[in-house]
Amino acid sequence: MWKITYRVHRQKGHEAPHYDTFQVEVDPEEYVLDGVEKIWAFEDRSLTFRHACHHSTCGACGMRVNGVEKLTCITKIKDVTQDGGTLTVEPLRNFPIVSDLVVDLGPLYRKMEAVQAPKVHPLSMAPWEGEDIRPPKEVPAPPEGGEYIRLPDCLECGICISACPVAASDPDYLGPAPLAAIQIQGLDGHPELLALADSQEGVWRCHSAFECSAVCPSNVDPGWRIMDLRKQVATQRLKTIIG
Amino acid sequence: MSKPHAIVIGAGFTGTAIAHDLALRGFDVTVVERGPIANGTSGRTHGLLHSGGRYAVKDQESAIECIEENIILRKIVPDVIEPNGGLFIAVTEDDLAYKETFIQGCEACGIPVDEITPQEALRLEPNLNPKLLAALIVPDGTFDPLRLALSFAASAKKNGAVFHLFTDVVDMLLDGSGNVTGVKVWDRTNGERYDIHSDIVVNATGAWVGQITKMAHAHVPIKPTPGIMVAYDRRLVNRAINRLNRPSDGDIVLPQRRLAVVGTTSFSIDDVDYVPIDRQQVELMLQRGAELIPAIRQARERGVYMATRPLIGASGPGRSISRTFKAYDHKDLDNVDGLVTITGGKATTCRAMAEKTVDIVCQKLGLNIPCTTAEVPLTSYRAFYA
Repeated sequence: MWKITYRVHRQKGHEAPHYDTFQVEVDPEEYVLDGVEKIWAFEDRSLTFRHACHHSTCGACGMRVNGVEKLTCITKIKDVTQDGGTLTVEPLRNFPIVSDLVVDLGPLYRKMEAVQAPKVHPLSMAPWEGEDIRPPKEVPAPPEGGEYIRLPDCLECGICISACPVAASDPDYLGPAPLAAIQIQGLDGHPELLALADSQEGVWRCHSAFECSAVCPSNVDPGWRIMDLRKQVATQRLKTIIG
Repeated sequence: MSKPHAIVIGAGFTGTAIAHDLALRGFDVTVVERGPIANGTSGRTHGLLHSGGRYAVKDQESAIECIEENIILRKIVPDVIEPNGGLFIAVTEDDLAYKETFIQGCEACGIPVDEITPQEALRLEPNLNPKLLAALIVPDGTFDPLRLALSFAASAKKNGAVFHLFTDVVDMLLDGSGNVTGVKVWDRTNGERYDIHSDIVVNATGAWVGQITKMAHAHVPIKPTPGIMVAYDRRLVNRAINRLNRPSDGDIVLPQRRLAVVGTTSFSIDDVDYVPIDRQQVELMLQRGAELIPAIRQARERGVYMATRPLIGASGPGRSISRTFKAYDHKDLDNVDGLVTITGGKATTCRAMAEKTVDIVCQKLGLNIPCTTAEVPLTSYRAFYA
């Protein structure tokens, strides 16, 4: 077991934020979220934090760990500190803070709804096992007919928004996850999304910092997708000109 | 008469489904949850939309509930489900010997089951153990745990339910005769403490029901029974893969997004609030999971978690206890009026659990309002935050 220090962002109601420190005994194989839950269970029941699935399918537990956006349920303690070390845990940026480590992801969910981000989609729209972000060439089909349906890679966790330098200064910017959701659907089949993508708060607002792709816990690679979406927008414009 | 007011404690699958059902039946609904939506057992469920096959031999009441609710959930909340079916596969002679019993059980419970050849199974799922001896197709599925609960919550909210998240119930409000008239709460987002009065309180706290009933000097026979789940970083299958045998450790592998999740185990605990990870069980999941899907050994561990089932009954080992659910009117149980507790059950049966519970609530309040949740499609989970 390791003895480590959690330095936790605290904020209640309209109080000014501060940090509390907790000495926690942890198994280094445990995840950062396990330590946060341990603090709640044994040290301070007033602590609030978001979590649900504990295995990176729900996207609830995004936080900043030592200044970097992480899905805390899949971030092993041994990968972000050492025995006797300190972990600083803070809420995601660029969202309203509800309390402590809890942010309001409402703005992101509203944008995902506005771009009709698929909640489930055919297997052919995303890889089924590999590391690449492109769809596989050969997609298995069920013998009963139809297609296999899967939940998308994007967890709607808000981590990309927290890391995005543009989102920090412009709350109306659609942001990485919603733009990636337009790219996945494709403007060819979804002309109704062109105006959103090709707007001041759409693909042209991105500064190509690629912070989103660096922190995405689910290999969505929103930065690449935004660049690809720019090409899609250009193609659609060209089509309009040619008629 | 003004609308009756119900307080629901707990916003897991059962609590959110109850809030939705109550709101549809015209109640004023207040949900009190000490964490975010689905932070306890519900969020940490395996994510198997049961066909009922797992329980078709030894626990047919649960199996029938599962197949009925499986069909309903596919209809009312398709947005959170990977509806790709499941396979029960035999990899040993002992598994194979179970096949006929299993098929008979499924047929008795109305669960569609089709046998396919091992070759056909390998064509469908190339990552299956190539030594498999038999394969049966059943209508399993997988679901996203948080989004299933959020969909019920969003639907309840659309119909007027009010959610107090990060708010602990710290005590019951009791009248002179010890009957429950509301709850005392502590809102941890701002530190405020206040009372909420109601016509009925529904205790939907799953493995934690005992903490609530204690405040009302009531009780329920509950056996918190955790199990481990291990997620690996490759989507190795498209269907739920089950071991064709009696329920045992590590005998289910599920696809979810780009993951494969292996579960589970079954043991007893005292402290429900924090269940530490047992690394020996992690190793066991790898071993047992690899018997079904050998390629798991080439994948990397992505997450490990413990989920605590709220099994009903005070004695007997966890595997022997029925997975069915039960709603208790504490007027009958402890002569405490105003409090109903629901526990047991499976994620798959949460809508039916809600229906049964709200039936009891209506009966207690002398109301005759039918349940419609089997027909009403749920609202987008995203609407909960909108």
